[in-house]
Amino acid sequence: MKAQHLKIKEYCKISNNRVLLNDQLLYEDQGSDFTTFIKLAYKKMNTNYPKFFKMDDLSKLGFLASDILLKPMTQDSEISKNIALVFSNSASSLQTDRKHQESIMDQENYFPSPAVFVYTLPNICLGEISIKHRLYSENSFFIFNHFNAKYLHDYASSLIESEKADEVLCGWINCDVEDYEAFLYLVSKEGSIEHNKEEIIKLYTTK
Amino acid sequence: MNKTYLSYNNIVSSLGFDSPTVVQNIHEGLSGVTLIEDETLFPNPFYASVIDSDQLGKAFEKLQPAGDYTRLEQMMILSLDKIIQASGVALTDRVGLILSTTKGNIDTLDPRNPMPAERAYLGTLGYIIKNHFGFSTEPIVLSNACVSGILAISTAKRFISQGTFDQVFIVGGDIVSNFILSGFNSFQAMSSLPCKPYCKQRSGINIGEVAASVLVNKDQDNLPPEAVEILGEASCNDANHISGPSRTGEGLYRSILSAFKEANVGPSDIDYISAHGTATIFNDEMEAIALNRLGLDAVPLNSLKGYFGHTLGASGLLETIIGMHSLYHNTLYPSKGFTELGVSQPLNIITAPTAKDLNFFLKTASGFGGCNTAAVFKKVRS
Repeated sequence: MKAQHLKIKEYCKISNNRVLLNDQLLYEDQGSDFTTFIKLAYKKMNTNYPKFFKMDDLSKLGFLASDILLKPMTQDSEISKNIALVFSNSASSLQTDRKHQESIMDQENYFPSPAVFVYTLPNICLGEISIKHRLYSENSFFIFNHFNAKYLHDYASSLIESEKADEVLCGWINCDVEDYEAFLYLVSKEGSIEHNKEEIIKLYTTK
Repeated sequence: MNKTYLSYNNIVSSLGFDSPTVVQNIHEGLSGVTLIEDETLFPNPFYASVIDSDQLGKAFEKLQPAGDYTRLEQMMILSLDKIIQASGVALTDRVGLILSTTKGNIDTLDPRNPMPAERAYLGTLGYIIKNHFGFSTEPIVLSNACVSGILAISTAKRFISQGTFDQVFIVGGDIVSNFILSGFNSFQAMSSLPCKPYCKQRSGINIGEVAASVLVNKDQDNLPPEAVEILGEASCNDANHISGPSRTGEGLYRSILSAFKEANVGPSDIDYISAHGTATIFNDEMEAIALNRLGLDAVPLNSLKGYFGHTLGASGLLETIIGMHSLYHNTLYPSKGFTELGVSQPLNIITAPTAKDLNFFLKTASGFGGCNTAAVFKKVRS
């Protein structure tokens, strides 16, 4: 199995208050803040997973983008799929880290919460996705200052070529003070888009 | 497929600033876990493994650093500097840099910290290390909870086998911070005494801080005598719970099985298990179940948390390095804090330094998010 035979089967983007599957617009709501937007998008996508509402913003974002891609593949299957999760971002879990930090700043007003603290790890999002889709598979969370197509490409290729995974859900989910962004794509042996660095960058940068 | 080796290595910890010193201290039964009274870290006294700040400062000053560095950056630079020097590897575009950390410079989020809060970005930490040494490639930061340290070794192996790099320097590190202590305490996961992995009297974790580093190589030349080959590794999720381990040890079971498959070994080949053993009730029980499902209950096993506490994103890397030296010395080191088995399934816990011919060891780790990692290593020179 050589790297050039791998394909990108599908991709999903959630950014600028829009949800896209491949080049198709699934949902748009320009008037809302992130909290409202992601809740409305969840409803519009018929996600139907009440645990969603206890997640932090990063997990909500990654979970929803993943669910759009994975639901058709996993919902009717009795057998768990070997789909690895390889996510990256630049802000790690900093939005939730700041929340936890605030809760311990003041000795008089000291209220650290396990429900917040557990989300101070970026890979918790991968755990949430694994639970929903019954994925007993490889999980890795990388932090890069900027989207790094080369590293994601090489790592996903390695997982499939070494038969550690049949497919890899790969990409970027980031939540920070100013903005949020999700771009996930499914690397597979099937699909119409070549799995190479140039195509990944093209899909990522096309708005 | 290329072979990959763990070669030059270093540990900066409360038990010493180089691997041989740390291993000697373990052999002598010393622990880095002590009672700390520091209200800037935690309101009450607590047990943890903390590096002496004066010693760290003095050792770091010898490198004649330009500019200001955080505590974690000093630890990481000090550790990595030693193995870059010892290996003599030139930092070309064929040489990668992987950092494994859960929280990085999280202490800079505290306004009382003199460093800017921007330093808490893990990518920034990666660039500070890259720029200090002059790496030519983009740093890769891995933040995958408590399996990060061992997953970083898997990641290095994968990038080497994919042809991305010929050699990879890994540095792992996390610090004892009020952020981490308050969080684990909110989970009621902290022990009020030195931790006791797998023991009947265990009552939770101690937090520790360490920086550890290793060079991952695809060539067999220029290896130190304690070098090991990475035979197989895998990472599997429990798909069960984000903060509690699976009752059946499913992810760990699958990780070990998959690592064995790649390594082409079975349970009878393993001479020693360096397990995770955080000393929480649920983690240790889960490991006992997973290891028994695989028929690994009779293999000598330890947790090193009694020496260093739980060093989070560095723990897997730290414990793998100790494992390398354990093989090199043909010595099993005791699982500190253990007195009486307190899990429902049998385990062969090491209780005294024991001479034994050692060739293969298994390293495992598990963490929040349901992640588990296993790797099998083989001694290069017997």
